[in-house]
Amino acid sequence: MNIPRPKNLAALAPFLLLLAAIAVYVSVAIATGQTQYLTAENLLGLLGRSIALGITAIGQTFAILIASIDLSVANLISVSAVLASSIMSGDPSMMLPAIAAVLAVGVVVGLINGLVITQFEVNPLIATLGMALILQGLLSATFNNFAGEVPEEFQVFAYGQVGGISISLIFLIALTVAAWVFLRFTRAGSNIYSVGGNPDASKLAGMRTTRVVIMAHVICSVCATIAGLYLASRLRSGAPWIGRDGVYDLESIAVVVIGGTALSGGRGGVWGTLMGVMIFSLIDSIFNIAGVDAFAKQILRGVIIVAAVAVYAVRSRRIEA
Amino acid sequence: MMARLKQINPVFLVLALLFVAIAILSPYFLQPAGYMNFLKRAAPIAILAVGQLYVINSGGFDLSAGALVTLTVIGSSILLDGDASATWWVILAMLGVGVIVGAVNALVVSWLKVPSIIATLGMMITLSGIALTWSGGAPRGYLPENFRFFGRYLIKDLPLIKILPVAVIVMVVVCVAMWWLMHRTNYGKRLIAMGDNPKAALLAGVPLTETRIVAFVMSSVSAVLAGILLGGFAGVSTDVGVGLELQAITAAVIGGAQLLGGRGTVGATIAGALVLQAMFTLLNILGFPKPIRDVVQGLILISAVVIAGYRRRRSGG
Repeated sequence: MNIPRPKNLAALAPFLLLLAAIAVYVSVAIATGQTQYLTAENLLGLLGRSIALGITAIGQTFAILIASIDLSVANLISVSAVLASSIMSGDPSMMLPAIAAVLAVGVVVGLINGLVITQFEVNPLIATLGMALILQGLLSATFNNFAGEVPEEFQVFAYGQVGGISISLIFLIALTVAAWVFLRFTRAGSNIYSVGGNPDASKLAGMRTTRVVIMAHVICSVCATIAGLYLASRLRSGAPWIGRDGVYDLESIAVVVIGGTALSGGRGGVWGTLMGVMIFSLIDSIFNIAGVDAFAKQILRGVIIVAAVAVYAVRSRRIEA
Repeated sequence: MMARLKQINPVFLVLALLFVAIAILSPYFLQPAGYMNFLKRAAPIAILAVGQLYVINSGGFDLSAGALVTLTVIGSSILLDGDASATWWVILAMLGVGVIVGAVNALVVSWLKVPSIIATLGMMITLSGIALTWSGGAPRGYLPENFRFFGRYLIKDLPLIKILPVAVIVMVVVCVAMWWLMHRTNYGKRLIAMGDNPKAALLAGVPLTETRIVAFVMSSVSAVLAGILLGGFAGVSTDVGVGLELQAITAAVIGGAQLLGGRGTVGATIAGALVLQAMFTLLNILGFPKPIRDVVQGLILISAVVIAGYRRRRSGG
């Protein structure tokens, strides 16, 4: 077996893409004379604008690493935000019960996704798409507007600062570090890579592959509910459309893939995903600084997603669709 | 006898049961006006689902179909703005757009090796961006009567069936043509071979790129046709196509199509589309709020796949 050399390049690619995006950002800022955007604070702030996407995408990385996918995250975010704000209804003493309830919903949804995929052998796209439709339907049938409100104390999650850095940003980075440590240094983490890379071999090696798949889906769903909590904290209330409007399902998949995690599973990691999130918000800022029209922005976005994925894909000799 | 019964795709049985339930609850559907109206409403989703089936059988997905429906409706109404004499040119131009979109999707998948879910997702974002830029975010223009003919017109005073919507004729013609291409030509055999095992198909001499281009073009062209029908009876709006690609995939899956390749048949996919539409009609008659549709669509989507997998394992194939 000759192992293809570009392995190092693949690990480096998200970093190179990020550098390219930063270079474009800097040159656009200089070319348009808007050098006030070039402070380090501003660059860090870029990530701060994509906290919800970042948290969701960290979870999505786990689903994609086991060669699965989760299309239900956007609707789960809505469910979580609405549930949190209506349980709290402005009462600080209800914060902990609300958080516990929302996280429990995340565990249950992840368990169902994982069980449907492993026990009934349903294609993950279909299983989580079905889950997305069910969650959205139940939510829209019950709520049609902003529901409840979160107390001041809970808004600290989105608006609070420690030493000049926002708490939510510290949380995102801590979550990434935790996910990285889990994937890199624990048995369960390396099982995820094995099952994603070769489920049959993992099974023959004595791994309980279904447990690994279910665990990855639970992690993914719990991350989505945390993103929902963050959005409830930022918007001060939850509405049944916030997840869908943010297109968190497709965008989280896109940033994970741009971050170098293979859709076929078993390769990639959370730091790449974080870089993917930064690339996405850099692209957004570049369009803002350059004054690109909001709708034209969307056109370019679609092209850039495909182009970025092509950067990885074109080297592989895959012939499947 | 029993063995033969078991081979029948359960989607037809489910469809029959749904029709009986609808007929009992609302006898209106037994009259020509009732069932013809039902078929008219099902026509766009049936056409879209059969187009989507080509891509599913090739082993991929086409998520851009719904956005292309929106672009067709928005673009036609802006280009025409009520000018009846331009209708044929605009329809031809839109079909041309469909061919280009399908070819680009297929080439991105074939040449750049981008997974079809990402390639068509990018296309979906791009197409809805184009539709929004072009229209400025709100529907503009107006569709002339002869454009709306296909979606809206009813041929009246026929013997036996009394009325016949033009949309139903379009659905039958398009579906028969797509059935013929899928099940009666060498192209169809190559397509299914490619979806089943692309490497084996390649070694057997199937031109993968060409086969894929035709499959994606069929899906995009069917999206344009569905857009023309929807523009006819639903009018112009910026969200006319939202979620239709998922309904099309659901219909194909209900009909027993296997994701990531092979197996799906055109007849069962049309039945799947009718099941979906009948389910929505039934919920409507029973007075459920609209969001419950989503819940039901999600449940039948998952159960259809579970049942199909169970049948496949039992038949040992």
